[in-house]
Amino acid sequence: MNRFKAALRTPWFGALLAIVVLLAVNTIKDPGYLAIGTNQTTGMMSGNLLDILRISAPIIMISLGMTFVIATEGIDLSVGSMMAIGGAVAMQTLSSINQPSSVTAMLTAIGLALLLAFVLGTVNGILVAVVGLQPFITTLVMMMAARGIARVITGGQNTNARNGPFNQLATGQILGIPTGFVLAIGIVVLVALLMRRTALGLMIESIGINPHASRLAGIRPRPILIAVYALAAVLAAIGGLFTVAEVMTVNPSSTGNLMELDAILAVVIGGTSLAGGKFSILGSTAGALLIATLNKTVVFLGVPSAATPAFKGVVIIILVLLQSDRVRSLLKRRTKSPTTPSTPTAELESQEALA
Amino acid sequence: MTASPTVTDAPTPTPKEPEAQESRGAGLARLWQRGQGFLPTLIALALLLGMLIYAQVAYGRVFHAGTMSDLLVGAAPMLILAVGMTIVIISAGIDLSVGAVVAFSSVAGVMIMGTGVNGWLGLLIMVALGALFGLVAGVMVQTFNVQPFIATLAMMFLARGLASMLTTDVVRAPEDSPFGWLATKWKLYDGPKVNDFTVTPGLVIAVLVVVGAVFFMHRTRMGRTVYGIGESAASAQLMGLPVARTRIWIYIMSGACSGLAAVVYTASVQGSARNVTGLGWELDAIAAVVIGGTLLTGGAGYVLGSVIGVMVLQVMRLIITKDGTIDPQYLTIITGAVLLVFVLVQRVLARKGRER
Repeated sequence: MNRFKAALRTPWFGALLAIVVLLAVNTIKDPGYLAIGTNQTTGMMSGNLLDILRISAPIIMISLGMTFVIATEGIDLSVGSMMAIGGAVAMQTLSSINQPSSVTAMLTAIGLALLLAFVLGTVNGILVAVVGLQPFITTLVMMMAARGIARVITGGQNTNARNGPFNQLATGQILGIPTGFVLAIGIVVLVALLMRRTALGLMIESIGINPHASRLAGIRPRPILIAVYALAAVLAAIGGLFTVAEVMTVNPSSTGNLMELDAILAVVIGGTSLAGGKFSILGSTAGALLIATLNKTVVFLGVPSAATPAFKGVVIIILVLLQSDRVRSLLKRRTKSPTTPSTPTAELESQEALA
Repeated sequence: MTASPTVTDAPTPTPKEPEAQESRGAGLARLWQRGQGFLPTLIALALLLGMLIYAQVAYGRVFHAGTMSDLLVGAAPMLILAVGMTIVIISAGIDLSVGAVVAFSSVAGVMIMGTGVNGWLGLLIMVALGALFGLVAGVMVQTFNVQPFIATLAMMFLARGLASMLTTDVVRAPEDSPFGWLATKWKLYDGPKVNDFTVTPGLVIAVLVVVGAVFFMHRTRMGRTVYGIGESAASAQLMGLPVARTRIWIYIMSGACSGLAAVVYTASVQGSARNVTGLGWELDAIAAVVIGGTLLTGGAGYVLGSVIGVMVLQVMRLIITKDGTIDPQYLTIITGAVLLVFVLVQRVLARKGRER
């Protein structure tokens, strides 16, 4: 019973609950929504649930990277553009090699895409950690610059390519589950092991709480910060690969456009605080699944897809306000505590704002 | 305090001498420090003049009344945006929503005029809509303690999404809308052939906004409070400055500037509006402000510096179009790179200042 109560209080529980509610709404509209059947011609499993898993793969990837950046009290606004970089490099490489069934071509394309993303992510990390620029300015510049680079790579046009194995990344299935989703979960597990079985995750959290104190405690923030931004860029590029593999075409202007909000949203839903200092990989993954369900539901219910960013904007405003409210009520309970000297002024400010 | 102290201080005992020296040294240091505050702006000014001269030498016809007025008229919307952004950044905040608010405000305004609402009222509504977005962002930042970039990022998506909900097509204002008047060209100087110096009411509005902002920042109490908040919000609060009220007004002003920029921009494109207007304008505005010498960490900067910043970006664009060999795809990369260089210069100067 206690364990059940603990599960209720975890941040990802809310996300799972929301997914169930959304699926229930869809099922009410169409009782056959949850059905999973097999496609007669290809022999593959098909169904809305599998579709949701398939489109969730890129979101899981960018949210995973964003989780660690936010845990260091940073932000990465360039993940959407990194998706475009990943897609653009892969498509351009595949179309210039032009071997529709070659696995080597696929591996080359993936390798080059991840390499460029790694370089750009490292640039982000160096600018934040070594030069000391604010993360959002650094990554805002990178968001613009990386999209520009993606346009330069493809010559400003949509690039198509044909490569069977690469296409399989998105459209293939392993035991009926979309390959992209399986790969994404595999990467999540690998990264989670890396973070939680080594001290790395703890170090990231300590930098998010207080970089100066963690330095005094013997943690060197610079290499860790650089690694975090590089990891976020590489994971975002993988997300871009999943996205372009589905349609085998990249549009450097729209691939991954506005996806940074999806990533931030997933991370915040998953209970990682925007103030840094803690992260939940499971929570972010659940958040990403919720966003995928939401995207699919919006289309299914016939709401114009142009409305989705506005809707997500409202959701993130509400979530952020809830987070701050919780902080404020906590602060109020400990008004006399010496660790929160800012409370009286904060209250004063809010009274003034009301007046 | 130049040569006279040495004459009058001559009979005084020696121990006083170093003190006088010291105070003069401190005065010089202060002068140097104040000069340092201007240094990035001076660098930007030198860059602007250098680029203008380069363009004149390489392509000709740059120091012509026609080219100059085109440059200024084209810069009008960005000038207004940069003014709002300067105030926000001086207060140690940021507004990432400006481009999206321009898009929403112009689409909404044009559609409202399309329903037969008086055009002038429509323009007012456009500015008011911008201010409303600013109000929401300001309340989030001040009352709920949300980081400015998160609050304005959310507003950016909200505004862009709402604009896309209204329409994804091009909408046009009615023929008799005030946009036509706002884009009329007033000839100030009638040169030979097409070499006239013309201004539009839009440019006049931009200039008025700049003048108003300079007056606001340097001659009003609230303007001083903005600098105080940027230096340290907690200290400003302890000094009894109205931090909460001022900070909300800062974001309202930035939002209203976005609405006004939407008015001027929509007029310059003959009253047509699209939901994809203003993509990436937030970066341009931030770049202009930073190039103009305003510290991203807040507390220091000048509105006039941002005007220079806007012109630097504008001349850069002119050079790229005149050159023709540079792919326009590179424009955002170049803007980003220039912004980065100036942020780095700021870092170096700030670090030097601390060592001193």
